[in-house]
Amino acid sequence: MARILTYEEKDTWIHRLSGVTKLVFFLLWTLTSMLTYDTRVLLVMVVFSFVIYSMSRTKWRQVGSVLKFIAVFLVINLIAIFFFAPYEGVNIYGSRTELLHLFGNYTITKEQLFYEFNVMIKYFTIVPAVFMFVVTTNPSEFAASLNRIGVSYNIGYAIAIALRYIPDVQDDFTQIKHAQEARGIEMSSKASFMSRVRNMASIIFPLIFTSMDRIDVVSNAMELRGFGKHKKRTWYAGRKFTAADYITLAVTVLITVTALVITFYDGSRFYNPFL
Amino acid sequence: MTPIIEFKDYTFKYRSQVEPTLRDINLNIYPGEKVLIVGPSGSGKSTIAHCMNGLVPFSFAGDSTGTLRIKGEDPAKLGIFGMSKLVGTVLQDTNGQFIGLTVAEDIAFALENDKVPQKEMFQKVDEVANVVEVDSLLSHAPWELSGGQKQRVSMAGVMVDDVEIFLFDEPLANLDPATGKRAIDLIDKISGTRKATIVIIEHRLEDALYRDVDRIVVVGEGRIVADVKPDALLAGNVLIDQGIREPLYITALKHAGCTVKEQSRPQHIESMELEPYKEQVRKWFKGAAFEKKTLNTESALCVNHLDFSYVEGRPVLKDIHFDIRKKEMVSIVGKNGAGKSTLAGLICGFLKPTSGAIYLNGEDISDQSIKERGEKIGLVMQSPSQMISKPLIFEEVALGLSVRGVPEEEIKERVYETLKICGLYPFRNWPVSALSYGQKKRVTIASILVMNPDVIILDEPTAGQDYRHYTEIMEFLKSINEKFGITIVMITHDMHLMLEYTDRAIVIADGQLLADDTPANVLTNEVIADKAYLKKTSLYDLAVRCGIPEPSQFVERFIHHERGQREGGGRNGKNSDL
Repeated sequence: MARILTYEEKDTWIHRLSGVTKLVFFLLWTLTSMLTYDTRVLLVMVVFSFVIYSMSRTKWRQVGSVLKFIAVFLVINLIAIFFFAPYEGVNIYGSRTELLHLFGNYTITKEQLFYEFNVMIKYFTIVPAVFMFVVTTNPSEFAASLNRIGVSYNIGYAIAIALRYIPDVQDDFTQIKHAQEARGIEMSSKASFMSRVRNMASIIFPLIFTSMDRIDVVSNAMELRGFGKHKKRTWYAGRKFTAADYITLAVTVLITVTALVITFYDGSRFYNPFL
Repeated sequence: MTPIIEFKDYTFKYRSQVEPTLRDINLNIYPGEKVLIVGPSGSGKSTIAHCMNGLVPFSFAGDSTGTLRIKGEDPAKLGIFGMSKLVGTVLQDTNGQFIGLTVAEDIAFALENDKVPQKEMFQKVDEVANVVEVDSLLSHAPWELSGGQKQRVSMAGVMVDDVEIFLFDEPLANLDPATGKRAIDLIDKISGTRKATIVIIEHRLEDALYRDVDRIVVVGEGRIVADVKPDALLAGNVLIDQGIREPLYITALKHAGCTVKEQSRPQHIESMELEPYKEQVRKWFKGAAFEKKTLNTESALCVNHLDFSYVEGRPVLKDIHFDIRKKEMVSIVGKNGAGKSTLAGLICGFLKPTSGAIYLNGEDISDQSIKERGEKIGLVMQSPSQMISKPLIFEEVALGLSVRGVPEEEIKERVYETLKICGLYPFRNWPVSALSYGQKKRVTIASILVMNPDVIILDEPTAGQDYRHYTEIMEFLKSINEKFGITIVMITHDMHLMLEYTDRAIVIADGQLLADDTPANVLTNEVIADKAYLKKTSLYDLAVRCGIPEPSQFVERFIHHERGQREGGGRNGKNSDL
């Protein structure tokens, strides 16, 4: 079975970075991208995003299906903005350059197009960063580095173990679904939406019970091997902060500050080419 | 010498139960010993294991009297973590206990919890990985491993701790016969090189005895019934009385009228002194009745040159071809991951074949949906909890009919009738949760049976069941096969099952059909057994060593004799009803 959006081991400088470094980068990057509407800043960020994305040597099959989903969502989002707020751009940029009258109260304006273009490139700045974080971060190493910066190892391990058992639960789900389908419970699009929701229960309950059995075994196995014995623990997959980590963090902070200074320099989050 | 494990007048009662599970246990195990603990389900053998590793009383609370000392210490005072330094436990569920995201991390888990520095960890992990031969798999994720490999990782995971006692809780339960053999071999190796004390809990006696053990402790109804050397145990009758399956060659010798003597060293068929018995076995072989079953010629399920692959160019199944006749009981066997479950998926329509076709009663069902096929081909999953989705027994059994819009009155009638057949009628209004495992299994079979299928496919119907439950489930299946003429196909790696209950075995190895023959022929053929990760039956060795030229004939006769006995009132009344 192909596993989408999961960590894959590769030897690049991005993979070698500590999980915490990548988390900090991811958070600051997303924050900046959400705050700014400065087109110049966004364009630079897009280019930067794609450069590091290609450096991470992420393959299409690792992210492809999720990307398609996001693309559809993006299109819906853009259309919806136009229909719910056709003159948002006009309000923001304070001018109105009409291009084409559609119908009723809907006219395409240059300002609106520019505004929606900004929304679109925001996606392009964030999406590669998300993908990269997920597919280049070894969950165990991530748990270890979270622990090092003071987060309780229980939380870190909870994340790691969830990732460990997600494929198992997925397999259980498919098996149970098949067995119930064979009994005549229709899960395909042939059934109405409501009956599919109701039929879902006949998969969810067995899934919960098998998962409970699993939890029993896992918690006993963990305890028998001394999990929770001490306040601290060491990590096989742990990694020390290297020079690359410090440099990355410094660069990340620098980019964030610069981007925000440029954005808010003139007192508005928007870059206005119509002045 | 002072014992490393010492139970003295030990009685234990779980808090949730009224009666004690263990009563007056007196048991000494000495350093370096290798002890096998056997007993039927519910005998208390697992509780003994839990007492040794500290799960009792720390995870399973209860009250105890008497004393228990592990290396002179009281487990209740040492705590579960203190115990984990003395006793390393390998659990039955090889997948469930795999905690780490990779092999290396899983092995290192105990070290991590002990704050061992990373450098030292790397070294130790490499060292033990070498011992159990998983060193080439260190960066593999659990889903890339086979059951046997996972088990070896678990062994490594307790070995890093330098424990003095190794406790194996049903190590054979989830493994195919050849992998099980390898596991027993590895346990033997650990006991030899590490000078560790080994305790194995298992009910598959013959497989567990593949390598020498020093003593066998038999547990029955919470008490120790026997604590003797293997040779002495096999010469006595304790096993049968406790409902534990004897090694097949012992049973065969008894059928032949021999009294097995301790002096003959019956622990291994290869080294047993057979001279006193040979003549009698040969005589029995000549006289034993044997009847060739006439096969029905009408086809029930025909798989016609089936190919399947998930990814083009990497076939999972290649040119699978067989024809199952009406009213047959057939087993599909082969090692874990050979493609058996994929085949079931193709038959039920969860997967689409790359080429080839499947015929049901002579009719091509390639175009039928899962639901349509489900009306004629029922699939029973391995664990009842994978299927049961309704709180009440009646609702659960009625599910398949009610989703098909069968009128209420008819549903009631058919469900009641099915419940009567399955012996579940008195419980019809009970919640499913109040039933035992065997009864739940019956509920899942009933919920399939109610739809009047032509064929029932069962995935590992007896996995993890002791001899008594095994016999109950199988006799029940046999009865519905005989009474209603339902064709039964079982996917299994239980060799006893294929030998005793099926007329034909379809052997699949590495995605190809390796054999389609009587189980007796399959299990006496070394080449097939090796390729399919099966194990030659010990009856074969017995026949050969007694100078019988047709070992597979001998096996046939043995099975025939066994079946005759079972039909004649069961063995010592152990086929009690649920």
